[in-house]
Amino acid sequence: MWEYTDKVRDHFFNPRNVGEIEDADGIGEVGSLACGDALRLTFKLDKNGRIVDAKFKTFGCASAIATSSVLTEMIKGKTLEEAMKVTNKDIADYLGGLPEQKMHCSVMGREALEAAIENYRGGGSKKHEIQGNIVCTCFGVTDTEIERVIRENNLVTVEQVTNYCKAGGGCGGCKGEIQKIIERIQGEKAREQELPPPRKDKRLTNIQKIQLIQQTINEQIRPALRAHGGNIELIDVAGDKVVIAFRGMCAQCKVSEFTMKDVVEAKLREFVSEGLYVEEDTESLEPGHEHEE
Amino acid sequence: MKVIYFDNNATTRVADEVYEAMRPYFTTLYGNPSSMHTFGGQVGIKIREARERVAGLLGCDPSEIIFTSCGTESDSAAIHGALAVTPQKRKVITTRVEHPAVLSVCRDLETHGYTVIELSVDKLGLLDLNELEHQLDNDTALVTIMYANNETGVIFPIGQIAEMVTSRGIAFHTDAVQVVGKIPLNLAKSPINLLSLSGHKLHAPKGVGVLYVKKGTRIAPFLLGGHQEGGRRAGTENVPGIIGLGAACELAAQHMDDENTRVKRLRDKLEREILKTCPDSRVNGDTRDRLPNTTNISFEYVEGEAILLLLDRHGICASSGSACTSGSLEPSHVLRAMGVPFTAAHGSIRFSLSRYNTEDEVDFAIQKMPEIINRLRELSPFVQTAER
Repeated sequence: MWEYTDKVRDHFFNPRNVGEIEDADGIGEVGSLACGDALRLTFKLDKNGRIVDAKFKTFGCASAIATSSVLTEMIKGKTLEEAMKVTNKDIADYLGGLPEQKMHCSVMGREALEAAIENYRGGGSKKHEIQGNIVCTCFGVTDTEIERVIRENNLVTVEQVTNYCKAGGGCGGCKGEIQKIIERIQGEKAREQELPPPRKDKRLTNIQKIQLIQQTINEQIRPALRAHGGNIELIDVAGDKVVIAFRGMCAQCKVSEFTMKDVVEAKLREFVSEGLYVEEDTESLEPGHEHEE
Repeated sequence: MKVIYFDNNATTRVADEVYEAMRPYFTTLYGNPSSMHTFGGQVGIKIREARERVAGLLGCDPSEIIFTSCGTESDSAAIHGALAVTPQKRKVITTRVEHPAVLSVCRDLETHGYTVIELSVDKLGLLDLNELEHQLDNDTALVTIMYANNETGVIFPIGQIAEMVTSRGIAFHTDAVQVVGKIPLNLAKSPINLLSLSGHKLHAPKGVGVLYVKKGTRIAPFLLGGHQEGGRRAGTENVPGIIGLGAACELAAQHMDDENTRVKRLRDKLEREILKTCPDSRVNGDTRDRLPNTTNISFEYVEGEAILLLLDRHGICASSGSACTSGSLEPSHVLRAMGVPFTAAHGSIRFSLSRYNTEDEVDFAIQKMPEIINRLRELSPFVQTAER
């Protein structure tokens, strides 16, 4: 059971400003059904450029709804310049705090507000503009967004980043990359937080190499595939050729846009040896068990 | 506010009779059953009776019952215990929809050099037995498949599966914590080698469980120490818990018919009426062979935690497979394995009844559900989209 503040409970049970402004000046949309929460924010300006009305529609848990509700209250009466200064921390503080794992709700509020203001200014897309390069493919989070939540909330661990913007919360394949971003921004403070990956030795005997490949598959690759119901088996190692077979399925995984083989190869090169290349063993494929969508 | 408890797959109320049976073992009859004196020894006799009662419900011999501390311990002990006696075999077969008590143990085995096969399920949550048969080989040490799913209530054909597995000389374990007391078992007639149950799912207290080990099944001891439980699970017995479980098993046998008639009718009514009054809702899992007390319903465009909190305001206790309730970001692994779309998985609610539920309680929930769903849909940005 989540421990929500009275203010969160109040805004969840009695949400303010529910709905949609018909002739809105700005519309912002973030999130999706698949992600588990989504918010559509609309606002109207008065003659002096102040937000005179704001309304929301939200799909999500209690904290997502409460966050949206307070956001509409917070921005009313503000100019767009003032509204732009609202951070996710301001929203969370206004609610008397949110559980750590729910901080991403406050970030969603801030993103929707920005999207709505961008929409007003540019008159273009209502969707939150994606800036930067996608790091977390499961939830579509970019490096720019990750950097921002780290800076604004002084985050030092991957787990915190996941709580604040969901990045790393799906298959977990991008956790290493998130760690690097944290280290870049936070420097030494972040370095002690995470266990080092398996050691990459300069010269390996054949047996050491195979063991390290197996270890990397076990620790770095399989958990990520597992999260999406897949699995991987090491079939053979011949020189720099690593033969693997995929088991199970990754039917709903958005990562399937690029082949899993590339992901495996990248990990093995990172943790074992630069020269490795991966081949998929097609002969040991499991007989067709179709997973229906 | 009156509590309406529809979360019996999570835990159950301790039956009054069970509580009364346990009470003296906290106060006056506190002796150690292993002691030589009559004061302690009389407790040993009561434990033997409790063991017979449990065996009575399972249809097995009392010597096949090992008392443990919970279902999770039983699962762990079964898996590790069975693998320890066949060290040369390195393959374990399970399913993608197991309880974490089994799934986490199996996934950990992978880091110890085991090959773990997780069988998939179809849209209805059912296994493909051909896939299982295809996977059984000489390297397979153990197959562990749950009797019924805790989230959907879907019952697997465990009799048939156990036959298929054990006829090849492979050990078969089943996590039956959701089944014991809800559907009749006769383990003497079944080839199942190992079966886990948990006291608090059948109106006994938390902190007591059982691992059934069929005679002739080899399993390594899992707690070393004294001679308790035949030396296989040492440690001074949880006497009140064991006495309580014995009483609960006896009661469960008496109420088995009620569970499968009255409770089932209440569940069916709850499900039927909710589906009728809440548009865009659907049942998750096959309804043909299902626990009599469980229903798992998805409501499109709304999120489970929000539903639970609004139910909670009316004193109604249920649970959800949504991501938000667990603190993880992805919805239930069971619903995902079934290919339930994320949109529906996020808005899934499980109601699990017990013999203590009444028709009035069900009617109250039926009355409240459409209000709650409509209210959240008014907030949802997707409802309008869907109507367009």
